[in-house]
Amino acid sequence: MPAAYEKPFLIAGLILLIAFPYIAEALGNAYFTSTVSRILIFAIAAISLDLILGYGGMVSFGHAAYLGVGAYVVAILSFHFYDGSALFGLPGTEFAPIVWPLGVVLSALAALVLGALCLRTSGIYFIMITLAFAQMLFFFFVSLQRYGGDDGLFMFAGRSHMPFIDLDDDTTFYYVCVAFLVGFYVLCRAIVASRFGRVLQGIRQNERRMTMLGYPVYRYKLAAFVIAGAGAGLAGVLLANHTKFVSPDILHWTKSGDILIMVILGGIGTLTGPILGSAAFLLLEEYLPVIFGDLSMDLLKDHWRIVFGPMLILIVLFARRGLYGMLFRRENGDG
Amino acid sequence: MLLFVEQLLNGLQLGIFLFLVAAGLTLIFGIMGLINLAHGSLFMIGAYVAATVTGLTGSFLAGLLAALPAAAVAGVVIEFVVMRRLYDREHLDQVLATFGLILFINEAVTMIWGRTPLFLNVPDALKGTFEIIPGIPYPVYRIAIIAAGILVALLLWLVIARTRVGMLIRAGSTNREMVAALGVDIALLYTALFAAGAVFAGFAGAMAGPLVSVQVGMGEQILILTFVVIVIGGIGSVRGALIGSLLVGVVDTLGRAFVPDLLKLFLPPAEADGIGAGLSSMMVYLLMAVVLIVRPSGLFPAAAGAR
Repeated sequence: MPAAYEKPFLIAGLILLIAFPYIAEALGNAYFTSTVSRILIFAIAAISLDLILGYGGMVSFGHAAYLGVGAYVVAILSFHFYDGSALFGLPGTEFAPIVWPLGVVLSALAALVLGALCLRTSGIYFIMITLAFAQMLFFFFVSLQRYGGDDGLFMFAGRSHMPFIDLDDDTTFYYVCVAFLVGFYVLCRAIVASRFGRVLQGIRQNERRMTMLGYPVYRYKLAAFVIAGAGAGLAGVLLANHTKFVSPDILHWTKSGDILIMVILGGIGTLTGPILGSAAFLLLEEYLPVIFGDLSMDLLKDHWRIVFGPMLILIVLFARRGLYGMLFRRENGDG
Repeated sequence: MLLFVEQLLNGLQLGIFLFLVAAGLTLIFGIMGLINLAHGSLFMIGAYVAATVTGLTGSFLAGLLAALPAAAVAGVVIEFVVMRRLYDREHLDQVLATFGLILFINEAVTMIWGRTPLFLNVPDALKGTFEIIPGIPYPVYRIAIIAAGILVALLLWLVIARTRVGMLIRAGSTNREMVAALGVDIALLYTALFAAGAVFAGFAGAMAGPLVSVQVGMGEQILILTFVVIVIGGIGSVRGALIGSLLVGVVDTLGRAFVPDLLKLFLPPAEADGIGAGLSSMMVYLLMAVVLIVRPSGLFPAAAGAR
């Protein structure tokens, strides 16, 4: 369909999302709602990566690090709340209006520090360095013995508390995720359309030209990197609340790879694509083993990644515009 | 003092492993402009083949000799089937495709060898300890690794600095279009280089077998450390890879051994242990950060064409 249909498509999608818990209930499987919550959360992370990857041309292979920071802020404060012990002289808390912004801000701060270093380089260096620093944070959280180290940390106090909203109800939590996804998507659309976003895209196309035009390229890239880090942090905050459990696994380097795949699978530089990509990736991950099981291909059921890996290579080699590209026709001169 | 020398040697030995993996990787980066995440998988394949053949024949040497061609064949197959299509692509495509390759190889290895780690004994001939400096016994096997690594480094330097192939490699890392235009069969050179890098990685994997548990995922652990090495040393520079490897190996090992104790001088023991464990595993990355601040393109920036 023509690209002009993207807006009606999105509105239809939103209506479907709002109606979804009722559909899942009608199908007699409320578990679906939880799966879709997870998709929505990773969609936020994927959109935030698309902002720097698709619009800023920065191939960050360490995006899961900011997801992890956001998640751990929630879990650690919840731990101290449950435990009654103090952290830096302050009590722990479960109060969402404090914890959630703090998670986002600290993720943004981590992105500011690491981004300031990583953006001194470009190309292959940038990929390797973002990966290496993400790994550094991974080891940092592994070494936090008090917070479970390798084994991770359960949030015994349950999800964060929010006034007037009961987050412990799965359906309510689902709608909170929908709201955050819509909000973040709209924000990113606005950023991309703004002057800032135009400059960012100019930098992706030709960094030297933008430098010559007098733009402080480094600062623009860093600002975008921090916004993306904050977005991933938000996703992390929601993820910790979703599973009520965090572990260093959240920021394992393969998670960064997963988020990157979601962006590519859905369509890079489209913002809409990453939502589709997140859905496709997580559904494949969940149902590929089931499908192989149904086809009684037991060997593949346990080893579905042996199919998934080559699939990924083929998508990269032959279907560059992703799911978005399959849905929407390319506009003239766009590319 | 005794502990310090021992840890220094351990660091040197980790550095040798890193160098064996990094040497191939940095040349592939430098000359082909290709980022290959699956390079660590070749390290893993080397370790698995060595462990299996050693188990079957009872001879570590046979295992080592089997690991080298196995890694070379794996390297050539990977180059032929996947990498060839990626040379002209963006780095992003290379990262994703080789990430897919890792998923595939790791799963294939799990299918063949299962999920339980394999263990490999130190060969009898290299058992026991040896006093390098009087009063400091050190395992012979680790000394052998250090010696083998130094030999390989020398060999590599000889090939690159003194032979015609080495000249082509150096030329290729400076300006590959020019080398191709001068009538050199670049495709063949690429495949050969890829195979050579695979052999080094496989060799390192086989040698590492008796020291670590051979398991899926061992390749990626060393791969990410190798990235740190290459960032520190500078892409495409074998000399940089050598210096970077030794630096990372020594800093990592000494950091793990001494940082918690050093912190105890300033902090209460309980906190020092907690922070020390975190800080010591972050040491190499902090080193990388410092190098980046001082010299963004590494200690030995090699080729302009390597970007």
